[in-house]
Amino acid sequence: MTQRPESSASGGADPSPSPVRTYLLNCGSSALADRAFGALMLVCALSIFFGSAWDPVNGNFGALPFIYGTVVSSILALIIAVPLAVGVAIFLTEMCPDWLRGFLAFFTELLAAIPSVVYGLWAVFVLIPLLRQYVNPVLIKTLGWTGIFAPPNYGIGMFAAGVILSIMILPIISSLTREVMSAVPHAQREAVLALGATRWEMIRMGVLRNARIGIVGAVILGLGRALGETMAVTMVIGNRPEIARSLLAPAYSMASVIANEFTEASDELYLSALVEIGLALFIVTIIVNALARVLVWAVTRGAPVRGT
Amino acid sequence: MGVAIEVTDLNAWYGTNHTLQSISLKIPANHATALIGPSGCGKSTFVRCLNRMHETNPIARVTGTVRVGPTDIYAQSSPVEIRRRIGMVFQRPNPFPTMSIYDNVASGLRLNGYRNRKILDEVVERSLQQAALWDEVKSDLKKKSGASLSGGQQQRLCIARALAVDPEVMLMDEPASALDPVSTAKIEDLIFQLKSQYTIVIVTHNMQQAARVAENTGFFLNGKLVEFDATHKIFTNPTDKRTEDYITGRFG
Amino acid sequence: MATTLMPPPLRARNSNRVLRVLMNHLATAAAVGSTILVMAPLIAIFGYLLYKGASSLNLAFFTQIPKPVGEPGGGMANSILGSGILLAIASLMGVPIGIAGGIYIAEFGRNKRLANMVRFTADVLNGVPSIVMGIAIYTLIVVPQKHFSALAGGVALGIMMIPTITRTTEEMLLMVPLNVREAALGLGVPNWRSVLSITLRTASPGVITGCMLAFARVAGETAPLLFTAFGNQFWSTSANEPIAALPLQIFVYAISPYDEWHRLAWAGALVLIVLIVVSVALVRYVAGRGVLKGAS
Repeated sequence: MTQRPESSASGGADPSPSPVRTYLLNCGSSALADRAFGALMLVCALSIFFGSAWDPVNGNFGALPFIYGTVVSSILALIIAVPLAVGVAIFLTEMCPDWLRGFLAFFTELLAAIPSVVYGLWAVFVLIPLLRQYVNPVLIKTLGWTGIFAPPNYGIGMFAAGVILSIMILPIISSLTREVMSAVPHAQREAVLALGATRWEMIRMGVLRNARIGIVGAVILGLGRALGETMAVTMVIGNRPEIARSLLAPAYSMASVIANEFTEASDELYLSALVEIGLALFIVTIIVNALARVLVWAVTRGAPVRGT
Repeated sequence: MGVAIEVTDLNAWYGTNHTLQSISLKIPANHATALIGPSGCGKSTFVRCLNRMHETNPIARVTGTVRVGPTDIYAQSSPVEIRRRIGMVFQRPNPFPTMSIYDNVASGLRLNGYRNRKILDEVVERSLQQAALWDEVKSDLKKKSGASLSGGQQQRLCIARALAVDPEVMLMDEPASALDPVSTAKIEDLIFQLKSQYTIVIVTHNMQQAARVAENTGFFLNGKLVEFDATHKIFTNPTDKRTEDYITGRFG
Repeated sequence: MATTLMPPPLRARNSNRVLRVLMNHLATAAAVGSTILVMAPLIAIFGYLLYKGASSLNLAFFTQIPKPVGEPGGGMANSILGSGILLAIASLMGVPIGIAGGIYIAEFGRNKRLANMVRFTADVLNGVPSIVMGIAIYTLIVVPQKHFSALAGGVALGIMMIPTITRTTEEMLLMVPLNVREAALGLGVPNWRSVLSITLRTASPGVITGCMLAFARVAGETAPLLFTAFGNQFWSTSANEPIAALPLQIFVYAISPYDEWHRLAWAGALVLIVLIVVSVALVRYVAGRGVLKGAS
């Protein structure tokens, strides 16, 4: 008796009871059978996230490479973007002359509004060649011994995805950080200065320290945006469902696989696997965004956030 | 020990607004000096010129000389050391909410590079005792945040924080105006005790307060220093008519 | 009070002073440096997009549909029309619901639990990946209809407009000064009436530009259209057929191997950017003037 696990997460009632269910029905009460069956379905549904081989043709749906791709590209984006974004925010809030601030703030808001596909377009024709010709060889030469930057160097890959993501989330993290820094009362700044502090000490002790919860919220919001980013990532990540040690190797993200393969999913199971990946992405971004909003709200007291 | 402050021909502008006009006076060491006057007369601006805090406003400008002890405070470009030597307490208490009471008081010390636990403990205790706050908080030093205290306690915490960096002068800009009468009385007692060790300049709206704590009083009006003399003389027998009008409540 | 005085070094801690001054300069350099490091490439990206787009743009872009592969020329007129149709459907759905939601939480639900929940939900929904929205609409509309359609695409975009419009409407309504509302109430006008005819009218420039902002945001969305509107190489105006959309076609052309299609992609990107810039500038302009002064 073949035990074919029922994993159609999107499907309705089975037209014919599976052998597993029949067996359970015969064993005990139907309530027990239902619960056991439900548990079994849950296990099967979650099993997709533990397999590392994505081979739809042969019925293998292991989603681990996509989780890896999404998580690593997002973290890479944060590593690049956060220090720069906070630096920009500090400059704009505490050091920038008034006439320059308006222009830079407007420009930042503009960049946050540019569509993903336009960033992707630029990345494909400008960023990738730039990385391939100038940046990656340097990385391979200096850090190649770690295995994180190893040939072959195609240009596209995890690193490129991380870079374009960092460019995309930078304006948001910066704007939000600016907002929480501005929400720190002037009296705190004066208190630090009156003790005899340099400007940097005033920023560190009087502003950043008070705003740190909000800044963490801004970073998490940037993470949320990076996790769900689809088009730009799809255009540069390489679309290869493999987990590789090198960041220069092609990879695949959760949003990208859905974007690329959804309309080509040939059977019910394939489609369900993709939808399940979508569900996971949905849940994760909801949690991340909710957390971010709570943190930012705690500092700015619920005022609506502009531009996000 | 405190030092004397000598101000010569001080003028201050905020943009085009000529806020202080030719102020000259000598503030004696180890005494409390009160500055009174109606709202907008420039007394707060004057006090902020004494530790260069008015510079935090980008459109502020100053000419003239301010000598604190032997030092011309405007001679050097960096106000950092000046502000350590001249402490300031603001109208609304502004303790650091993310730091404990201990860390609040120690913040100035840490800025100056002090890390030794023993020294920090000693100075924190001494400062809190000087600010008459020690007994109330000594059991919660590191557990309670600076902002969890009552208004009067917060202000004394700010005083302790300023005292911890060993200033020579304490500037107080209406330190009790946001507090209840009991806390106000405590602050006034504090000033009484502190003035033997520091030079205190206190801006106040409350003439009775000036009469209670200060040996000398200066009366400001519309950016000018109208009269500066011993407190009892200002309040009983002022030289200038405008002073008399203000004291007797005809305006302001 | 007779305690051991401060160790003298506090008054002359010069070694520490040098370090502090150095740290101050380093911090300033780091902040300025990050700004330059960030702004210069971003300005370069922007400039490159404008340049490449402008050099690819011609009249045919706006009037012709794409030529068969290999033939030079052609345009994205069908995509522009398609985007227009999609955005019209989206606005028909998103604008009324969004404004209604904004009015509710600003006027009738202040401090109520429900209003806070609506506000929070709107903020969180804003962050849901657009591709997930596409999956949802696929399941709800495309599957029962058994075909891709402009309707499905429009609905997906419309739902995405709602959180932005709700929040902006709320923000703009809250900025109407209290005395304006009180004047209406003082005349004996019932609350709902005062809200609609007076408060909303006062805030309407802001509300309209909020809708514009949502419109511009959603105009650039590609992912939700991938399996709802699906795209179309030809003219189409029917709500029940697959339809082309500007960002969708930019994506298809960008990853294609044909130079001619790349040119179209750049031109299309420029059109999108111009739309974005105009909307953002307008929002800032309106938000900074009149009764809504001080918003930004």
